[in-house]
Amino acid sequence: MSMAAEERSARAPWALTAPALMLFVGVLLIPLAMTVMLSFHDWGQYKGIEPVFILKNWHEIATDPYYAEMFWRTFRIAILTTLLTALLGAPEAYILNRMSGRWKSFFLLVILGPLLISVVARTLGWALLFGGNNGLVNKLLMSLGVMRYPIPFMFTETGMVVALAHVMMPFMVLSVWAALQRLDPQIENAAMSLGAGPATIIRRIIVPQIMPGVLSGAIIVFSLSASAFATPAIIGGRRLKVAATLAYDEFLNTLNWPLGAAVATLLLVALVLIVVGSNALIERRYAEVFR
Amino acid sequence: MAYLELDRVAKQFGAQTVVDDFSLSVGKGEFISFLGPSGCGKTTTLQMIAGFLDPTRGAIRLEGKDLTAIHPAKRGLGIVFQSYALFPHMTAAENVAFGLEMRNVARGERAERVRAALAMVGLAGYEDRHPRRMSGGQQQRVALARALVIKPSVLLLDEPLSNLDAKLREEMQIELRQIQRTIGTTTILVTHDQSEAMSLSDRIVVMSQGKIEQIGTPQETYERPASAFVSQFLGKTNDFAGAIDRTATPARLVAGSWSAPAPAGLNGAVTVSIRPERIGFGDAGLSAKIVTRIFQGNHWLFQCDSECGPAIVIRQNDGQAQPAEGDAVRLAWRPEDMSVRARAVA
Ligand SMILES: Nc1ncnc2c1ncn2[C@@H]1O[C@H](COP(=O)(O)OP(=O)(O)OP(=O)(O)O)[C@@H](O)[C@H]1O
Ligand SMILES: [Mg+2]
Repeated sequence: MSMAAEERSARAPWALTAPALMLFVGVLLIPLAMTVMLSFHDWGQYKGIEPVFILKNWHEIATDPYYAEMFWRTFRIAILTTLLTALLGAPEAYILNRMSGRWKSFFLLVILGPLLISVVARTLGWALLFGGNNGLVNKLLMSLGVMRYPIPFMFTETGMVVALAHVMMPFMVLSVWAALQRLDPQIENAAMSLGAGPATIIRRIIVPQIMPGVLSGAIIVFSLSASAFATPAIIGGRRLKVAATLAYDEFLNTLNWPLGAAVATLLLVALVLIVVGSNALIERRYAEVFR
Repeated sequence: MAYLELDRVAKQFGAQTVVDDFSLSVGKGEFISFLGPSGCGKTTTLQMIAGFLDPTRGAIRLEGKDLTAIHPAKRGLGIVFQSYALFPHMTAAENVAFGLEMRNVARGERAERVRAALAMVGLAGYEDRHPRRMSGGQQQRVALARALVIKPSVLLLDEPLSNLDAKLREEMQIELRQIQRTIGTTTILVTHDQSEAMSLSDRIVVMSQGKIEQIGTPQETYERPASAFVSQFLGKTNDFAGAIDRTATPARLVAGSWSAPAPAGLNGAVTVSIRPERIGFGDAGLSAKIVTRIFQGNHWLFQCDSECGPAIVIRQNDGQAQPAEGDAVRLAWRPEDMSVRARAVA
């Protein structure tokens, strides 16, 4: 091979990936870097954004307990949402997987169908059912005399967890479903022939094998819930804020872009650390068994 | 008395009858093979014995007791699946111990029995390996140990060796037979490999399309096939069209220019079946011409064109001169080496 050809073939991978790389750098890396830089800028009610390098915003986040409460709430909601989707989604996927042909595809469609509907529409549905005195369910229960006051749903963490779990459920079901597909179709018969009852089969044979699926589903649900915007915005409004809605408010209502950027950056960094860390833990735990 | 008995068992999936009128009695300690082509209902039959499928009709009895009334988890049968179905999240020892745990065997005795079972299948020292880290042959042994450690009343094997390469398969066949002889467990093996069925079993059940074609020792099924299907399925065979000539006295069986005294009980058109290794070249008999001659080390394989259609002849390589391609020969065999069946004339 001539020198020129060698040089050309060495450059080929770069040339071929250039369009995608440019897109990646252009729409992701540059805005991200600008957001991080923005978080170090100064801001004043009357002077606007000043491009200087100060730690004012970071200092405020670190010292004001308001922000700690915000982040703590964000992660609490994300964790509870993850637990709820795992507790409901794993059995759901298992039952789905045991169904016979036609029912299986029908219910898979039922479960995945909501993905085609906007998150906003789905969350508004909850608001219509449980929103204060006018919510359909609340009205019904109150007119039946079952309760005197509407079920506290709007502007509560419980409401947010329930609505988020509903939105995130397909991701958990799909992830567990994928793990179930890898099971040996005879594995339950094998356990049964050795004398195991249905409960033992699920506890000792099925659950340990679909655990990696549950955990990877949990990572997806956790990171999507912690950074979710639409659902917390509708259920929590400006009364019950989480990190994402807080950043939004700083950007668009207070117009304190640098502080909003600092909140957004912190959320991103925390999420990346948590996701990468737990992924590494899971990989190490299951490397021995499933590789 | 029969130990395991299947009495006119049938299985239907919807309108499709997959197993029909299946009757078999298995003696204690016997090694039985279900042999047949893919889709003939071997696995279905095995799964009915195991209890994973319920028979549509018929009864299955173990020591005279109705087995179908017992839940599969309580039948106490050992099963080795084609895919092994090992528990991937457990080590080899944990896999083998599982059945004992379910039987509440005390920890000390459990460990001892697991160790012995793994040693028996040649896996001493592999206790802490996970299945994914073992070769196909090793996984197969773990599956066998897991099935045997519970001292099953019957061992059911569904094509356990079909995922192994030829050499390993042969080794495992020998080992399987030795283990079965040593501990004397009644065993049913499902296979579509005729040589595997013949080398392992006391008796072979040849199946086709859900029905039993023949039950017999390997030798019987090979040498006295009850139907054209059996003779075709168990090794190579020659089928010649012949006829019984009752005008001669005594009556004679004639196939081309070969003839022999007619067997009793048959008349008219017949099929004469004869194994290639039982045909010899002689001075009289079926006229044929050798088309190809293939040397295969310990034997020669001749493909001939005979009066009654194509014929295959196998001759032991005993150092004697053999006819060459193109030679005209006469094919002859002893009457006791053939099987004769009535032939429907179109
Ligand atoms: N659950 C089922 N529903 C409908 N048909 C089935 C079912 N299970 C098996 N069959 C059919 O029953 C027939 C026999 O199947 P079976 O698995 O017993 O065959 P087999 O002899 O074990 O074949 P192989 O050697 O390929 O394993 C096949 O035609 C198959 O399509
Ligand atoms: Mg089969």
